Amino acid sequence: MALRAAISARVLSSSSAPGARSMSSWWQGIQPAPKDPILGVTEAFLADPSPSKVNVGVGAYRDDNGKPVVLECVREAERRIAGTSKMEYLPMGGSIKMVDETLKLAYGENSELLKDKRIAAVQALSGTGACRLFADFQRRFCPDSQVYIPVPTWSNHHNIWRDAHIPQRTYHYYHPESKGLDFASLMDDIKNAPNGSFFLLHACAHNPTGVDPSEEQWREISYQFKVKGHFAFFDMAYQGFASGDPERDAKSIRIFLEDGHQIGCSQSYAKNMGLYGQRVGCLSVVCEDEKQAVAVKSQLQQLARPMYSNPPLHGSLIVSHILGDPNLKKLWLKEVKVMAERIIGMRTALRENLEKLGSPLPWKHITDQIGMFCYSGMTPEQVDRLTNEYHIYLTRNGRISMAGVTTGNVGYLSNAIHEVTKSG
Amino acid sequence: MLPPSSYLYMMGNFGLQILVIVISFLQSLGRITMAVAVDVSRFESITMAPPDPILGVSEAFRADTHEMKLNLGVGAYRTEELQPYVLGVVKKAENLMLERGEFKEYLPIEGLAAFNKATAELLLGADNPIIKQQRIATVQGLSGTGSLRLAAALIERYFTGAKVLISSPTWGNHKNIFNDARVPWSEYRYYDPKTVGLDFDGMISDIKAAPEGSFILLHGCAHNPTGIDPTPEQWEAIADVIQEKNHIPFFDVAYQGFASGSLDADASSVRLFAARGMELLVAQSYSKNLGLYAERIGAINVVCSSADAAARVKSQLKRIARPMYSNPPVHGARIVANVVGDPALFNEWKEEMELMAGRIKSVRQKLYDSICAKDKSGKDWSYILKQIGMFSFTGLNRAQSDNMTDKWHVYMTKDGRISLAGLSAAKCEYLADAIIDSFYNVS
Repeated sequence: MALRAAISARVLSSSSAPGARSMSSWWQGIQPAPKDPILGVTEAFLADPSPSKVNVGVGAYRDDNGKPVVLECVREAERRIAGTSKMEYLPMGGSIKMVDETLKLAYGENSELLKDKRIAAVQALSGTGACRLFADFQRRFCPDSQVYIPVPTWSNHHNIWRDAHIPQRTYHYYHPESKGLDFASLMDDIKNAPNGSFFLLHACAHNPTGVDPSEEQWREISYQFKVKGHFAFFDMAYQGFASGDPERDAKSIRIFLEDGHQIGCSQSYAKNMGLYGQRVGCLSVVCEDEKQAVAVKSQLQQLARPMYSNPPLHGSLIVSHILGDPNLKKLWLKEVKVMAERIIGMRTALRENLEKLGSPLPWKHITDQIGMFCYSGMTPEQVDRLTNEYHIYLTRNGRISMAGVTTGNVGYLSNAIHEVTKSG
Repeated sequence: MLPPSSYLYMMGNFGLQILVIVISFLQSLGRITMAVAVDVSRFESITMAPPDPILGVSEAFRADTHEMKLNLGVGAYRTEELQPYVLGVVKKAENLMLERGEFKEYLPIEGLAAFNKATAELLLGADNPIIKQQRIATVQGLSGTGSLRLAAALIERYFTGAKVLISSPTWGNHKNIFNDARVPWSEYRYYDPKTVGLDFDGMISDIKAAPEGSFILLHGCAHNPTGIDPTPEQWEAIADVIQEKNHIPFFDVAYQGFASGSLDADASSVRLFAARGMELLVAQSYSKNLGLYAERIGAINVVCSSADAAARVKSQLKRIARPMYSNPPVHGARIVANVVGDPALFNEWKEEMELMAGRIKSVRQKLYDSICAKDKSGKDWSYILKQIGMFSFTGLNRAQSDNMTDKWHVYMTKDGRISLAGLSAAKCEYLADAIIDSFYNVS
């Protein structure tokens, strides 16, 4: 308790408060926190005055003019919502309507699990909130468990399970040499983990690598999970955004469900509906039966209550309106496809440019990878050069947010990448 | 010739494959849905969580078909017609936002800058030197609950082992927040059932007795659930003992503007402490005063003795928020920023707050008058008038509260708390009858 000793030592600090008693600050021992590796990139970008700056850091979609997009279906939903809300508290578990529609997306419209009411589900604060609720739930009801997290993963996954006080283990995922999946090591890690371990899986469009298992590989993973009795927790932040087809993007989950796994799942509308700032998502846990689902849901609510009481309304209204109206839903599906296809187009353009520039390195992985992110393979030093010399902002693990690439900047970006990597 | 272990391995592997084929077959018959290794759900032992004590009241009310039924459990403002009330300024702000067609991008972890600025200024006063000196760290939070939780996590992380003292009684969720944040807590005496008033001596004594450097959770105004607030003189004495014992004041301000109708008057306790140069924590909520219940908008403020400390504290609050929800929801923050940022809307807001607070004060008065008119025993019911805010502690005990519900179909919480926000002028007489009957005829 050195901190408290320091406080009671009552060192006189030069207080800038007139009339303040001469006391040391309570907050003396509090150090400045390190910048968040992802959100800190955007902060730095915003502070940069250079006119040629490019932000391929944070995973937020941009159109071909580099502008944020509000989907038409979202605008229409907001027009319909305007003036209708009573602003009353949602239940602790959030909007039932929104949750029901959301489960259909992940589990399938005609899922038996939905008919049998075997899924405990609550509205959550986007993907982060859903993962955190699950981590806290895991801690409370499986206190001796650990969580296996892929290498690499979204950096906030580590923060989430750490703050939930769950020990973390890692499993092999990314294969740097091929810039693809290290499938053999992945399978070894699954086999070597103690029976009944908890695994975090990215359902599609792995963040940050963009490397996803093939369907065949997912089947093998699922089978091995059965053998070992592992628990599969899927983080699905990009459904629809990866291939353009939400059903296709949920394939990994459907494979596991077919095999009888009782999974957990985090869903987010941040990217696929462009609702980033609204913080709307869902946490679901498949249970034995309806009775258990009711009990589990009540416990999830118990965890949410001392965190935020009940989730915010606005985003959930937007989602409900869109998914609950066949025409709006059709429009949404169209718009999601447009976003996914633009990204796929940019992948092609970036790869072709680099190859045309005569880069000595292979760049096939740019088009092999899927979703918002490309794991370029660049080193932190190369990334620093990109930022310092070319005002291009990305995370130091070499992750490029393809959503930030446009026909307007792909040439500049390719040139810069070529320059910093051409010496190998 | 392969080693025997290989044959065993191959046999085992082969056996396993047979097993899988069998299971796949049976699965396709719909008989077995479970996997090989785990037969029992790992969540088997999970029991049903207890029903929420307040939500349960509303559910029971909805199920009741009696024509005179009255829901005084609700912690949300109702009009005289007992309808929810969306403030005019909120509708205007939302329309503005809709017209502008703003983007839905992520807020920074600490929330909307315009909102944070407006919030700190509302709390301390726009010309407060603390703000000019940048000594206040403000982070947007998920209403009061979320803001309290951020502060609790900060306490757990940097003052591990320090206790929070909470009033007896207090809002039910306070305990849950500190429990889940792993912050030890204990109670200080607050409510005196004999006087239906403040147990001031008990409160001072318990604060004095707490280990040095404890956090003292104080309700800035309109104490929930009692409606009993310290007087200005009492606040001074509370500040004295907190300073004497080197405690940290931790304010929960959920009703600023809603209690008296005046934003400044309702912040006077917080400003009193801040003016003494004390460092303090303040959780704020816009649920009631802007009627933004559903949008979860509030803030945690930490007043520090230096700008440097404030910057460091803010950075650590962000670090706590990031693995909870990454960044806070934008909608409610924009509404607040638009209302506070526009002088016309701001004035209109103040008027609407006065209206809401005024309606509550008037039903309070009417209830008191009705009770006095009917109760000729000479009992002093004036504590009803002295209380402030949405809630009133009637002084009824558990059995009497049950009688209110069972006989009179008046729904309230078992601690004798009624929400005046759910009371209409038209129902005051009926409620007076119910209270008198319960008080005198049930023990």
